[in-house]
Amino acid sequence: MRRLPWARTVFWLYGITLMLPLLWMFGMSIRPNQDILGSFRLIPERVTFDNYVTFFTDPVWYSSYLNSIVYTSMNAVMSLVIALPAAYAFSRFRFAGDKHLFFWLLTNRMAPPAVFLLPFFQIYQAVGLFDTHLGVAIAHMLFNVPLAVWILEGFMSGIPREIDETAAIDGYSLPRFFVRIFLPMIRSAIGVTLFFCFMFSWVELLIARTITSVNAKPIAATMTRTVSAAGVDWGLLAAAGVLTIVPGAIVIWFVRNYIAKGFSLGRV
Amino acid sequence: MTATLPSRRTEPAAEDRAQGKRRANRAWFLVLPVVVSVAFTAVIPLMTVVNYSVQDIFSPDDRLFVGLEWFRSVARDPEVRAAFVRTLLFSAQVLLLEIPLGVAVAVVMPRRGLGVPAALVLVALPLLIPWNVVGTIWQIFARPDIGLGGWAVNNVLGLDYNYTLDAGDAWITVLVMDVWHWTPLVALLAYAGLRSIPDPYFQAAQIDGASAWATFRHIQLPRLRGVLTIAILLRFMDSFMIYTEPFVVTGGGPGNATSFLSVLLSKIAVGQFDLGPAGAFSLLYFLAVQIVCYVFFTVLTRTGR
Repeated sequence: MRRLPWARTVFWLYGITLMLPLLWMFGMSIRPNQDILGSFRLIPERVTFDNYVTFFTDPVWYSSYLNSIVYTSMNAVMSLVIALPAAYAFSRFRFAGDKHLFFWLLTNRMAPPAVFLLPFFQIYQAVGLFDTHLGVAIAHMLFNVPLAVWILEGFMSGIPREIDETAAIDGYSLPRFFVRIFLPMIRSAIGVTLFFCFMFSWVELLIARTITSVNAKPIAATMTRTVSAAGVDWGLLAAAGVLTIVPGAIVIWFVRNYIAKGFSLGRV
Repeated sequence: MTATLPSRRTEPAAEDRAQGKRRANRAWFLVLPVVVSVAFTAVIPLMTVVNYSVQDIFSPDDRLFVGLEWFRSVARDPEVRAAFVRTLLFSAQVLLLEIPLGVAVAVVMPRRGLGVPAALVLVALPLLIPWNVVGTIWQIFARPDIGLGGWAVNNVLGLDYNYTLDAGDAWITVLVMDVWHWTPLVALLAYAGLRSIPDPYFQAAQIDGASAWATFRHIQLPRLRGVLTIAILLRFMDSFMIYTEPFVVTGGGPGNATSFLSVLLSKIAVGQFDLGPAGAFSLLYFLAVQIVCYVFFTVLTRTGR
C-alpha cells in the first residue's frame, strides 16, 4: 500500500517522546541523591550504582520484590489451570446459562478493585489469608481468572472443531485429547495467558497493599512509602522503578504479536 | 480473528449450528472450578458489602439496620457527586485524546521489514509498566525542580507549572500521564485492525487515484469500527476506575482536584473505615460499571465472530 512520505519520521518521533520519561527515570537512578537535588542537569555528572546496591542489600526492598514475584507467579499458574477447562467449555459447548456466566465473568474483570477493599480486608483476616502470598494470589484471581478465560476462549475458538471430532473418532477420551493434542496446539495461547495474568497481577497495587502488611508486602507498596525524615529518596525510588519494569521488558519480545489480543480479552 | 460488523440476530438453534457448538450441560463440570473461585473472590465479598451498606456498624456486636439510608446520603453527598462528575469528565477527555491519537500512531506505524517488531516492542513498553511505577515515572518527570518535563515547561516554555500546588496543573499531569500510558493500547488495537485489511483494497484505491485522506476515510476507518469499539469501551472502563496513578502522583490533591471515584472510595473505606457509607458507595459504583459492562459484552459477543 501507499505510505505517507513522512510516516516513518512521525512514528519514530512519537517513539522517542514515549521513551523520554522512562529514560529520565533511568538517568535519575544512576545519580547520587546530592546531584539529583543539586543543580538541574540533562546528563548525569557522576554515575553511580549505589541505588541498585542499596536495593539488593536492604531486605525491605529486595524481599518485597521477591514477594511480588512469588504471588504473581502463583496467581498466573492458578488462574491458568482453573481457566483452561472453562475456556474449552465456552468455546465448544452450549450449556444452560453459558452466556450469563460468560458475562458475569467479564463484570468481575471490569469491577473497580476499590469496591472489594473492605470485604477483602475483613474476609482475608478471618480465614487467615491476610498477609500471605497465597492470599494475594487468590485475591488477584478476581480479575485474572475472567481475563484468562476470555483470552483462552478467543484463541480456542480459532481452532477448528473438526480436530475434536476426529480425535473422538480415533478413540481419544476428552481428558486425553485435551492434554495430548489440544494443549500442544494452543501453546502460544497458554504463554500469552500466563504473561497477561502475571502482568495484571504485577501492576496491581490497591488490593495487594490492602491485604498485606509485612510478610507478603508487594514492591509497589514499598515504593509508595519511601518518604523518610530526610525527604524522598529519589534515586532509590527510580532504581526500584527501573527494576520493576525489567520482568515485562524481558518477555515483551516473545509476546509482541499478541499484545493487542491480550488486552482486548482475545477479541482482536 | 478479524472484527466484522454485527450480524443480524439469529435463532439460538441456528446460531449453535453456525458456531458448531454442541449442546451439553455436562460442560458445567468444566466451568465449575471457575465458578467456585470467582464465588470466593467476588460473590462473598460483594454480599459482605451489601451487608455493610444497610447497617450502621458501631462495633461487631453493636449494629443497627438502617435500610437504604446510606444509599440516600451517599447519593446526596456533594463530595461523591463531585468525584463522579470529575471521573466522567476525565474519562471523556481520555477518550477524546487517546482514540484519535492512537489511530494516528497506528496509521504511521511501519508495516513491513525490520521496523515492525521494533515498533511493536517500543509502543507496547508503557503498557507493561506497573501502574504505580507509571505514577513514579511521572512524579519524577513532571517535577519542576528535578524532572525533565516539569523543568522544560517552566524554563523553556516559560510557564509557571507545579503539579503539587496548582489544581489545573495536577489535572493536566494526570491526563498527560494517562495519554502517555494508554494511547499505545489504542494504537496496537487499531494497528491490528489495519493489518487485517487485504492489499487489493489499497490497490483499487490507488488505481482510482484516491488521496491518502480519502483512503483513510473510506477504506481504513470503516474497517476499524470493530476494534475501535473495543478500544473505546476498554479505555472507558479502565479510566473510570483509575486509582493507582493519581494516587502515586498527586494523592488525589491538591485539595480534591484529582480525587476520582476510586481514590475517594478507598479513602472512605480504608482511611476512615466508614463501613456503611463505603458499602453503599461501592454498590452504586459497581452498578454504574455493570451497566457499561453490559453494553461492552453485547458489542464484544457480536463482533469478532
